Amino acid sequence: MSAVEILQAFAPELVLFLGALVLLALDMAWRRLGEGKEATILSLAVAFVILSLLLLLGFGKASALPIWGMLASDQFAFFFKGLALIGTGLVLLSSYRYLEGHTPYRGEFYAFLLLVTLAIMLVVGAVNLLMLYLAFEFLSLTSYILVGYLREEGKSSEAAIKYFLYGVTASAMMLYGISLLYGVTGTLDLVKIGPALASSGAGSWLAFPAIVLLLAGFGFKIALVPFHQWSPDTYEGAPTPVTAFLSVGPKAAGFAVLARVFITALSRFQPEWVSVLAGISMVTMTLGNLVALRQENIKRMLAYSSIAHAGYILIGLVCLVSGVTSNFTGLNGVLIYLLAYLFTNLGAFAVVIAVERATGSNRIADYAGLVKREPLLAGAMIVFLLSLIGIPGTGGFVGKFFVFGAAIQVQFYVLALVGVINSVISAFYYLNVVRHMFFLRGEEKPIAVELTLKWVIVASLIAVFVIGLYPHPFISLGTKAVQILGVAF
Amino acid sequence: MGMQIAFFLFSLIAIVGAILVVTTKRLFHSALALVLSFVGVAGLYILLEAEFLAALQILIYVGAIAILILFAIMLTRHLMDPKARAFNEQWWVAALVAGFLFLVLMAMILRVPWPIKAAAVPENVIEGLGSSFVGEYLVPFEVASVLLMAALIGAIIIARER
Repeated sequence: MSAVEILQAFAPELVLFLGALVLLALDMAWRRLGEGKEATILSLAVAFVILSLLLLLGFGKASALPIWGMLASDQFAFFFKGLALIGTGLVLLSSYRYLEGHTPYRGEFYAFLLLVTLAIMLVVGAVNLLMLYLAFEFLSLTSYILVGYLREEGKSSEAAIKYFLYGVTASAMMLYGISLLYGVTGTLDLVKIGPALASSGAGSWLAFPAIVLLLAGFGFKIALVPFHQWSPDTYEGAPTPVTAFLSVGPKAAGFAVLARVFITALSRFQPEWVSVLAGISMVTMTLGNLVALRQENIKRMLAYSSIAHAGYILIGLVCLVSGVTSNFTGLNGVLIYLLAYLFTNLGAFAVVIAVERATGSNRIADYAGLVKREPLLAGAMIVFLLSLIGIPGTGGFVGKFFVFGAAIQVQFYVLALVGVINSVISAFYYLNVVRHMFFLRGEEKPIAVELTLKWVIVASLIAVFVIGLYPHPFISLGTKAVQILGVAF
Repeated sequence: MGMQIAFFLFSLIAIVGAILVVTTKRLFHSALALVLSFVGVAGLYILLEAEFLAALQILIYVGAIAILILFAIMLTRHLMDPKARAFNEQWWVAALVAGFLFLVLMAMILRVPWPIKAAAVPENVIEGLGSSFVGEYLVPFEVASVLLMAALIGAIIIARER
């Protein structure tokens, strides 16, 4: 690979890093941010994200070979990098002026959002376990800082401490798992681990410990049961835009890594990890939904709902179908689900941010009469909630259709049934919010919504409907993206 | 035979240190026990003919990290309170889980056919280490520096004076 090719393949990441440095330098030069300056920083940050996205579209699939055997720029990484960039763009817009009155240091916040996105882009491209671990730590560190950003507020610090303690334990376990694989195969390269495992003669005595240990690291990011305990407190205490980001960005990165490592490196142990993941999937969706039923804080409710959705998405990974003739390959369901979930959840969180900024509260009870206070918020929220339930016509339906379809395709009916029952349960707590918004009386003072938040809400609304009503391009995008991994088994 | 005795001694130091870290009541003593454990691991590195790694272990872990931990403990209020409890009610659950994990890992270590190479340790380890940092492992090396920069700035944001 020539230097130019490497630069091209690496350009989106480089631009993002440059953007973070520029923002940090600008912030340092300006010291305290006035309103005009924050708008400048925000637009610069968004501009860098868009530039990075354009470079990704232009060169993202430039090379089939990984850069120095470390970072792949294949279709699969391309999909997740695009997902992360779009998500960050929306989160950036919804955090405008959120921190006002919370902390004087607002410029670094945008820089850190760019850095955490850079980390995700490195994670999803990593094809070497050392690279993977470093990128994962990078992602964790930047996330801890964002979660604890509001130092003055006890809840934010508590959230960061919990996230940090669980996070370091999970990475230590993951590192142990990596060391086991290295010990048996003598290589860190994902592609070489597969054949080396086959010739080593290691059986399930290695497979189960390695799978569980690796899962601790990946599952922590995805918030799979039993690695989920951090998530409700962290989601509740973190600044709400960060919560929105955590629920889509690191989650998608975790799924990307899980799929890439398990399918390319551990394909020999597929029966073992399929059985582990199937159990985890069922427990995750059931526990997430049952506990979400009792939540009175909307951020906590969305935290448990996001645990439940992780369970649904995992079905796609359990029910892998090899062979390209089928529409349902399982893995493409994972990608389509994540795409639809990105817009749905970011939209829902944008509404939460708008309400929080007006009322200072995240209690579901305070959503009473929202339709009278601001019809756009209530109307958009109902669409996002319906999409989370998986009602046809919304993006959430397409995602669920593809993962449940994969389960039926491989005749894993129990898993599909558990998924469907859980979707029905989830309707109760999602519709409870609708009940408050539309049928209960509350305060009637109108809510003023920040313009950038309106953009996010409208953009997510459009995306949810487009994916729901015209899913074809997204399906083929997802299907194409997974073919690179499909050849491995 | 001498090697085996040395291995036994260093392992004992590392394990006793580690057990003391989690069982002593005072945080300060835990930190000192951590130093002990680090030294034991450094000894194991020497037995494995990884002298450079052993030196780094002493310099970085014992010299820098453990000292930092001690300073953090001394400078933080209420952290050295002798009445603070080192255990909560769930210690026996943790002990059970740890014991189970130990059994599983032992079984794994005994049953998996780990490859053993007879090759000798190469002469010039440090040179190879250096060139792989700027060769094969250039990208992770660079990412590590970006990671450290982010951690540094983040630490300032979290900890600086208002």
